[in-house]
Amino acid sequence: MLQGNSARGGLRLEAHKERSTREPIAQASAPALAVLPLDQHAGHPAMPIVAIGDRVAIGQAIARPTGDVSAWLHAPVSGEVVGIEPRPSVTRDCMPAPSIVIASDARETRHPPERTIQDFLAVDPLELREWIGRGGIVGLGGAAFPISAKLATGAQAAELALLINGAECEPYISCDEMLMRERADDVLHGARILMHALQAREGIIALEDDAPLAAESLRAALAKIEDDRIRIQIVPTIYPSGGERQLIASVFGREVPFAGLPPDIGILCHNVSTAAAVARWVRDGEPVVSRVVTITGDGVERARNLEARLGTPVAQLIAECAGYTPRVERLLMGGTMMGMPLSTDEVAVVKGTNCIVAASAMDLQPRQPEMPCIRCGNCSEVCPAYLLPQQLHLNARAMDLAGLERYGLMDCIECGCCDYVCPSQIPLVARFREAKPRLAEHLRARDDARDSRLRYESRAARLQRLEAEQRARLEEKRRQARRKES
Amino acid sequence: MEFPTSQPPHVVAPNTVARFMRIVIYALLPTMAVHVVFFGPGLLIQSALAIAAALAAEALALRLRKKPLRQYLTDGTAVITALLLALCLPPLAPWWLVVSGTAFAILLAKHAFGGLGMNIFNPAMVGYAVLLVSFPAQLLTWLPPDVPELRTTELSFWQTLTTILTGHLPDAFRWDAITSPTPLDALRTNLAMGMTMQEAHASPIFGGFGGRGWEWINLATLIGGIALLALRIIRWQIPVAMLGSLVVCASIMYAFDPGAYAGPVFHVTSGASMLGAFFIATDPVSAATSDRGRLIYASGIGVLTYTIRTWGGYPDGVAFAVLLMNVAVPLIDRYTIPRIYGHAERP
Amino acid sequence: MTELIAFALMMGLAALSLLASRFAARGADATARARLIERINDVLPQTQCGRCTFAGCRPYATALAEGSADINQCPPGGDSTAEVLAALLGRPPKRVDPEFGIMPSVPMVAWIDEPACIGCTKCIQACPVDAIVGASRYMHTVIAADCTGCELCIPPCPVDCIEMRPASASITEVIEAARFRALPG
Repeated sequence: MLQGNSARGGLRLEAHKERSTREPIAQASAPALAVLPLDQHAGHPAMPIVAIGDRVAIGQAIARPTGDVSAWLHAPVSGEVVGIEPRPSVTRDCMPAPSIVIASDARETRHPPERTIQDFLAVDPLELREWIGRGGIVGLGGAAFPISAKLATGAQAAELALLINGAECEPYISCDEMLMRERADDVLHGARILMHALQAREGIIALEDDAPLAAESLRAALAKIEDDRIRIQIVPTIYPSGGERQLIASVFGREVPFAGLPPDIGILCHNVSTAAAVARWVRDGEPVVSRVVTITGDGVERARNLEARLGTPVAQLIAECAGYTPRVERLLMGGTMMGMPLSTDEVAVVKGTNCIVAASAMDLQPRQPEMPCIRCGNCSEVCPAYLLPQQLHLNARAMDLAGLERYGLMDCIECGCCDYVCPSQIPLVARFREAKPRLAEHLRARDDARDSRLRYESRAARLQRLEAEQRARLEEKRRQARRKES
Repeated sequence: MEFPTSQPPHVVAPNTVARFMRIVIYALLPTMAVHVVFFGPGLLIQSALAIAAALAAEALALRLRKKPLRQYLTDGTAVITALLLALCLPPLAPWWLVVSGTAFAILLAKHAFGGLGMNIFNPAMVGYAVLLVSFPAQLLTWLPPDVPELRTTELSFWQTLTTILTGHLPDAFRWDAITSPTPLDALRTNLAMGMTMQEAHASPIFGGFGGRGWEWINLATLIGGIALLALRIIRWQIPVAMLGSLVVCASIMYAFDPGAYAGPVFHVTSGASMLGAFFIATDPVSAATSDRGRLIYASGIGVLTYTIRTWGGYPDGVAFAVLLMNVAVPLIDRYTIPRIYGHAERP
Repeated sequence: MTELIAFALMMGLAALSLLASRFAARGADATARARLIERINDVLPQTQCGRCTFAGCRPYATALAEGSADINQCPPGGDSTAEVLAALLGRPPKRVDPEFGIMPSVPMVAWIDEPACIGCTKCIQACPVDAIVGASRYMHTVIAADCTGCELCIPPCPVDCIEMRPASASITEVIEAARFRALPG
């Protein structure tokens, strides 16, 4: 276990969350046509279990997981499956991805819940974990990692602490904050379910100090359930305090080892929205068919949080926020630091869509012309992974893979802090993103070569041993033959 | 609706190299002002010549290397090199001294290594070192500070200008009458002649705690340096380590024999100590990369400065100390890579 | 006089150290050679294919250390490995000589056409990394993840039922890619 420092580095950024947190979460209208990419979670894409022409109801399973790291997908609207075909998707940078397309019949027919569990403590933890996996639940903080795989790893740890990540550190995104304010009971219920499923000894809900209403709401909900294994921890508002590794360092004072995962040091981290989704699935039998999305930015008239069904086109959500302002210039999925640029608004909300920023010149600060690196060190001062981005940049330019490995390119979380402060305006994140696949390939090739060599050497040893045994047997036979003769 | 795309992060701080350098230049102004008060308008003329030479050399180099002129000429780095070099030279030095030194610094110490961000050595210090070894006589034409006990003759602005441009004093003056050694130079000569520190300090060239005039210049530099620290243009590691190691060395030797060695306060307020600590050693391109590396780098500069001043062949050792530690920077960098999150040891 | 003695002492010391280094070098030669072979072997891709004309990567490494092989003989390692070998051995860099073989543009692995397999185990004996499972008169199959693409199994097969096919991305790669994406909450 590495005794590290509490998280260092990071930036204090303006949050830009006042506009979107003024109104409560509203229900967005269901889409007329729901487009559901099959790869909207990390790992292997789901495999459809419906066919074109099938009628489906809300909450009905329409695709099943394939492989160890995959997730279920459920229908967000009732209607008819009109297509299983490639459609522009945010999961592929607005390029086509295989998707299930459902035309809504507006009847909002719900699929009867397969099972609801009120007394989850009576359920065996393994059974509970498997059941949670059936709800199509993935990490709703943005990474969309299937919960079933995460729970399986977590359950292997001897002693586990559950960390519920409510530290929404990126500017503009406020969906988690609103969820904590309005559905704190769901968050806590989900936390307790997860703690039982993982046999965790404690639960900590972490959030930033710039969300006092959310903290208040959580405390009230915590007081109601009277579970003294759970506590609330406030962390300083620094970007990116919500990054899993940074939050763990900040809350527990320990660092996740480079080649490992949080369960290796007895911690498992889930987003607050994920916890709330677990509660809804286990207690009410409602799988993941919608999520809270923040629509904000100076490019949209009315900034607010909407509970949107999966498959809703972004354009429809913007329309429900009174449309674009004439100043809109770009569309981002996520926040302004790590958000993915969208080339069109005709793409659908997926499980990982936490925020849509319709950005105008006021929200953006474009880069100036790039100058050479002056080695000022601003970048390493703010890096939350304690890297030297300056050296990474130098090695990335030369594509010196050994150098990139030594300076820890794979430890980079692509948060953009270094990019933000660079006086030479170097697009560091883009450079690192280009270099990472090359380094990953090189490391994989090296691991493969090492494995091949081990197999070759053990085979050579085996053949030598067989040969030696053969010779010994031959010797033995000759000796016996000689004895018989004499 | 369609939108153009751009890579994240979509917001960056409006930091530019030009802004960075501009603030450094502003922080250098108090030093220059006090210098002019004590040593006359020579510095202003030298600075003007140096800036002109620096920009001309930079333009030539950029043209030869086929780089965009406007972007690099306006980044302010050449101007800083010019000003630092002008501050190191005597105010009455002939024009060709500062022009050749600056041109050498920009053309060879900066652009021959690859331009902005690629130079191993501090360009201003390279320029100064080249001048020092090539034209030692011209570098001894320092004026005494403008205080009643020392300054007996006054040169007007025009007389200063003509002296610099022609290399000759106006008829009424003689070099040996108006020039005077710097405090560090005087100290060195006096100690070599057998005087003790106390006797040497009795000379009017020494002020309250440092050299006369120079102590105030160093103080003004300290103020500028603190401004840079407050604005987070430089970080504390280099100034603190350099001044700290200088103080430690001086204190040890002073405690050992107060009669033969100058005390820490004198060292820290004399010569280019403050200028070196806050403006020269902090040149980001030629300094070490990590915090720990910077501490080692700057400590080395402090120790070397003290060594050269006390036992070496030159009155002030900052320039050579900086250049020597510049050489050591790649080695320092290799062994002071900070520990990465999640790793047990440093790379 | 004292200067002469000092001079003689210094010269003596210099000569002694030269001799000592010679003797030390001779003894250390063998271990140095073994270390060099290890270092070379570490750099080679471990395909054990024999394209370099040696019976595996370690024999090639040995030959390189002895100076009886050139650095441009390993097609699976490619030009990048040739460059690293050049730096390691202090020789001028070279590109891989195509006469030793040309690698396919995508990584290939062996594949056995199972209906045609007669269970003779000749391919199993030929595989240098034990990537083929099977037994006499039982079905043989290639473990694609372990196959290095050396193609040594293809000539021995009496019914020609082994061919090379492009390798596909494995599940571990997908999980690795997911792990490196640690988005802030």
